[in-house]
Parts: sequence; C-alpha cells; structure tokens
Amino acid sequence: MNILCAGLNHRTAHLDVRERFAVRESEMAGVLERIRAIDGVTGAVMLSTCNRVELYAASLCQLRTLDGFRSILIERAGLEAPLYHHDTPQAVRHLFRVASGLDSMVIGETEILGQVKKAYSVAAEVGSATRTLHKLFQHAFRVAKSVRTETQITSGPTSVGSVAVELAGKIFGSLEGRRVMILGAGEISERTARSLQSRGVRSVIVSNRTYERAATLAAEIGGMALHFDHWEKAFADIDILISSTNAPHMILTPEKLAPLMRLRGGAPLFVIDLAVPRDADPAINDLDGIFLYDIDSLEQIAAESLTIRRKEVCRCESLIEEHVGGFIGWMRSVHSPESRRVTP
Amino acid sequence: MERLALLAATLCYLFGFSHTLFALGAGRFHPGRFNILAVALGAAAQGWYLLMRGAAEHSCPIGNLSETLLFLSWSIALIYLVIGPAYRLSLMGAFTAPLLLVLQIISLLLPNEARHGFLRPNPWVEAHAALSLVAFGAFGLACVAGLMFLVQERQLKSRRPDPIFHHLPPISTLSETILRLLWAGFLLLTLSFAAGWLAHVSIDGAKFWFSLLIWLLYAGLILGMRTGVTGRRKALGAALTFLIVLLLLPVIQHLSTR
Repeated sequence: MNILCAGLNHRTAHLDVRERFAVRESEMAGVLERIRAIDGVTGAVMLSTCNRVELYAASLCQLRTLDGFRSILIERAGLEAPLYHHDTPQAVRHLFRVASGLDSMVIGETEILGQVKKAYSVAAEVGSATRTLHKLFQHAFRVAKSVRTETQITSGPTSVGSVAVELAGKIFGSLEGRRVMILGAGEISERTARSLQSRGVRSVIVSNRTYERAATLAAEIGGMALHFDHWEKAFADIDILISSTNAPHMILTPEKLAPLMRLRGGAPLFVIDLAVPRDADPAINDLDGIFLYDIDSLEQIAAESLTIRRKEVCRCESLIEEHVGGFIGWMRSVHSPESRRVTP
Repeated sequence: MERLALLAATLCYLFGFSHTLFALGAGRFHPGRFNILAVALGAAAQGWYLLMRGAAEHSCPIGNLSETLLFLSWSIALIYLVIGPAYRLSLMGAFTAPLLLVLQIISLLLPNEARHGFLRPNPWVEAHAALSLVAFGAFGLACVAGLMFLVQERQLKSRRPDPIFHHLPPISTLSETILRLLWAGFLLLTLSFAAGWLAHVSIDGAKFWFSLLIWLLYAGLILGMRTGVTGRRKALGAALTFLIVLLLLPVIQHLSTR
C-alpha cells in the first residue's frame, strides 16, 4: 500500500487554470466516487482550495491511479492538467507541509488547515477515507498544531490590512463597535477599512474633498459620508482615523490634534496615514493617546513578519521530518508481512 | 519545614519568571500556561507557610515586616490567579512573578521570629490588618498592569514592535484592569479602615496620618481617572502610587508593632 499525492497549485498553474480544475463542495462526493472506482485505489481525499487542487489516495498502483485521476480532471476541465505527483514518503511530507502552511502562497497562513480538515471530513462522511488515510490526516493535524505552537511560522501579520487590524486589536482589544473615519477616499484606505470591518468595526465615516466620491465609497462599504470641511466635528467619536488624501501639505498636525484630543475623554486614537506625501506630521505620535502608523511602518511590520516566518521554515521542516519518519514507521509496521499474518 | 515552604515558593516564582524569559527569547511562549502554574504553586507554598505560622502564633501572621511582605505577595498572587486567567491577561504572570520574587527574597532576608502569647487576638484588628494587605495586593497587581501598559504603549509608539508585543494584552484591556483593581483595592482598604475603627484600640498618630495619606492617594487617583485622563496617566499613577505604598509599608509596620 502506498500513498499518492497528485495535483496542481499556485506555483504550477495560474489562477485561470486552477479555477477550471476546482471542485465545488457539492461535487466532491461524486468526484471521490469516481476516483475510488480507479483500479487499485482503496481510499481518497480531495483538497480543493483557491490555491490548490490535490488528491491524496491510498493506492496499490501509483501509475494507474495517476492516469485515472488525470483523465477525470481532463474530462471535467476540458484541458490537460499540469499535474505534479509524489509517492510515499514525499506525499506524506507534502501533506504535512500543506497542513502547516509551508506550501501556501503566504507562508504560515492558517486558513489552509481548516480547508484540509474540511476535505478530510467530507471524505470521511462519504466513506472514502481508509484507515491509512484516517491515520495520515490525523497525523497531519497534529503536525500542523505542533508547527504552529513550537515555531513562529504564524508570527505577525503579513499585509498592510492585517497589520492595521492587529495594531488596532492591540490598542482597543475587540474591534466590535469601534468607529472609523476615512479621510480621502483612496483604494488602499478602502481596503484597510474593509479589513477592519471584517473584524467588527461598526461604523465608517468617509470624508473626501469631492463629496460625491465620499458618498459613493460610503455607499459601497455601508458607511456615512461627511463634508471634508466638517471632519473635525466627528473627531471626538472615532477610534481609528485612516488618512489618504492628495493634500500637498500635512493636515494632521500636533497643533490641530492636541485640542481635539482633549475632547475625547482620554480615549486612544489609532491614526493610519496611507498618503504619499504624508497627511500626518510624525510629531502627533508624541501626543498622549495617539498611535500613528504611516505606510512605511505598516509595510515594514508586514515584511518583518514574513522574514521571521521564512527564518522559521528550517525549524518547521525538521519538525515535519520527524513526523514523516514516525508516520512511515507506522505504515511499515501495519503493512509488514508479519502484521498481515496477525491481522485477520 | 516553614523555611522549606518559603524556599519552595521562591523557587516557583523564580522558575516561572525565568521560564517566561527563556520562552520569549526562544519564540516559544504559550500564554498563560506556565506562569499560572508557577504562581499557583508558589502561592500554595506561601499559603502553607502562613497557615503554619498562623497556627503557631494563634493570629493572622503579619506580626513583623517579613511576615507582612509575605502576606502581601501571597495576596498579589491570589488576586493574579483570579484576574489573570479570567481576563486572559497574557504575560501578566511574567510581570507578576518578579514582583513576587522580590517581595519573597526581601522577606526571606529579614528577621522572622514567630510571635507567641497572642492567645486572644482582637478579631477586628486581625480583620483590619488582613484586609489592608489584600487591598495592597490589588494595588500591587494594578501596578503590574500599569507597567505592562507602559511597555505595550512604548511598543505601539515605537512603530517597530518587538516580539513581546504580540504576547502583551491590548492597552484598553490593561487600562480597564487597572481601574477595576484600583476600585477593588480602594473598597477593601476602606473596609479595613472601618474594621480598624471598630477595634477600638489606640492608634499611633503618625500611623494614622500615613494610612490616611495612602487612602487619599488612591481616592485621588480613582477620582482623577473619572475625569478622562489617558491610559498612560492611569498606568503611571497606579505604578507610582504603589511604589510609594511599598516605601511607606515598613514605616507603618514599624509604627504598628511599636
């Protein structure tokens, strides 16, 4: 008995190609049934995400399984599949790396583990996961947990939006019910506001020199538009200020903000300055209760997180290697002639 | 046996603190797990010591400065064990352990003879003393939360946060915790003063004024916080006021036992 992994991912196929091969959850049971009908396949788990379509199969004949799988994919997508494939033990190592986020587009992302769990539970529900695959996936979940807790592979946020969300979380705790003001309706400030909204930010006020643009963006993100001349009036009620105007001079200065801060009852203010040239005078960061981050500092934090993650890859690989050895040892003990004689 | 319990508590706090430092340095810190265990074991050892000492003295074991510091650090540990896990204040144990360790070491170095002959202690005096120390325990933990706030605020202001930033709680949570602990400590201190008044014993004038000064300091701090001061000022207030209390504590202890 061998484990075969075959599929395509973000490194081997462009999005246009990947989306042709993607398998929807509603189609999964049917596809798994067809794969299990391939001669020599005893069990199969299919993982289909936006970045990968992969088959993990317990098989007696790798070649027939691979050919059968390729035919199914070609039939579904109508084009040749740029497949890679791994046999045991590389297939085991590959799954452990995938579940741990090492094979992801953003190293260390954790969403993939949930997707692997989902793929496994669908296969288990339709009876497509054999004993070996059960053991393999349970082991993969343990590996992923171990990698996450024993290394810094998930350390820190890796995009401007997620850095802003993390920083806001470290200032306000829960973002539930927090208020955001956007000064200057740019695309990056819109994306950042959406990231914050996804974490519970309640209301967004959009203020722009062109009121119509503010109204359009406010309507898109479910916020409220405000005339640019009046933004200071809402200052006392907001928690986060995202600024990205095209102003040639700084509009957020200590002279302007110091008196406004006194109206806030000691509440902290998170200022995210995404404008180039900058909207906020760096000196406002010295005011008590204000935390200023410009685009450079946000990008630097994201880059540092990625650097930390990349440095951790070696530690993760050696952890994974130990687990691969453990799993292969288990497979050998189960599939050895002695154990076959004992097992009725 | 008593001494062993104290040494065990010291080792627990030392182990908890050094383990956190090591884990943070190695990037393998798991919030809340180890510190809670270390502080819980340390508090249990201290509790055992205080129980034995109390049985020997037939009174609350706060008869000298060494015992008082032990009782204070035990109070801080107990309040941490309630507050830390309940509010998921990651790393609070790491900040609490060094304070407990320092108090523990000082109390170990001070002379610590058991009092004998207090067969009929005044329960109001005992309640007054014990409540005061529990109140100072709450103030001590408010000081710890204040220091954590200042560290986290510095991280946020620097715009180049260190790895410790990810493990520290949000400053808003710390700010709320400081206020709650100060309120709890203030109420307990007020109750302890009421118990002292009910004891109907003569009180040294200087001790009275020192105690009143502490009560007024905390009353002023809490009142000031209601007027909309920033989190940084709350944190500084909680930390500095407790440092003043720590400096005044030996004086009050000396006046109490005179």
